[in-house]
Amino acid sequence: MSVATTITTQDSEPIFHVVDEHDHPEGASTMLGFWIYLMSDCLIFAMLFATYGVLGGNYAAGPSPKDLFDLKLVALNTTMLLLSSITYGFAMLTMEKSKIGQTQLWLAITGLFGLAFLGIELTEFAHMIHEGATPQRSAFLSSFFTLVGTHGLHVTFGLVWLVTLMVQTARFGLTTANRRRLMCLSMFWHFLDVVWIGVFTFVYLLGMLR
Amino acid sequence: MTSDSHALHSDTHDHGHDDHGGAAHGSLKSYLIGFGLSVILTAIPFWLVMTGAIADKAVTALIVLVLAAVQIVVHMIYFLHMNTRSENGWTMMAMIFTVIMVVIALTGSLWVMHHLNINMMPMHDMSQMP
Repeated sequence: MSVATTITTQDSEPIFHVVDEHDHPEGASTMLGFWIYLMSDCLIFAMLFATYGVLGGNYAAGPSPKDLFDLKLVALNTTMLLLSSITYGFAMLTMEKSKIGQTQLWLAITGLFGLAFLGIELTEFAHMIHEGATPQRSAFLSSFFTLVGTHGLHVTFGLVWLVTLMVQTARFGLTTANRRRLMCLSMFWHFLDVVWIGVFTFVYLLGMLR
Repeated sequence: MTSDSHALHSDTHDHGHDDHGGAAHGSLKSYLIGFGLSVILTAIPFWLVMTGAIADKAVTALIVLVLAAVQIVVHMIYFLHMNTRSENGWTMMAMIFTVIMVVIALTGSLWVMHHLNINMMPMHDMSQMP
């Protein structure tokens, strides 16, 4: 019996190596996997939006959105993020044509717009905290800083990732792996812009209407 | 190289153009259309709220929300290149699942907490204070 089994295994050995393993090139499932990560990230933001929705009206006799928000600054911030989205799109288009210099240039411009966004947001935060509107002040401010701060943190990590990939591209060129990584970051970056639509609508615009 | 990298991003093996791969890049035209629409869809709500063009705040809020929803769809199509074919439809399935979860979580939380607030014993209501 044991002999028979051994023989069978030896004879049909190739069959036991499931063909699936070698059918897909490296990274074939990365895009779907990354998309599912983005969807889970989307759930994190949904929870933060829900928290803000519930607590957003609890000012604890503190400042309200109307006292704190400057819509001109938010509009400028939105413009920065929107411009960084389109420049990242241009980076993808030049990557498609394997023009490494132009890709790097567009990535750098994207990074600068991202930095401008972060700078404006941090200025806004600093201004609010200076006026005493700290996260500890009221439930509204706690949920505000958590939601907007989490988005800002995502942009920060996106920038770190962007610089990493620029160095990678500079050193190793637009290899298949680097292209895949740049496409993942592209999805991440555009996703952050989508989340920002929710932020400026729910937090800032509806906050001013409250 | 180009077609190689394309084959990686989609389960369909016989394509070589941009517009077939799910996660593939769009064209310059599609990016510009998406950007133009986004600018318009961002400018209108900001203008409405900043100038108070519509006196009724509820109407303004409704328009702002609708425009945001439209803009999210625009971003999904033109920037994230969402379609029903990419990865054999699994990206779309994942997104539909997420949207359902988000809707349940958001509406559920807001609805339950709103009713809790209404049914609370009348105490000192901080939010009514100046």
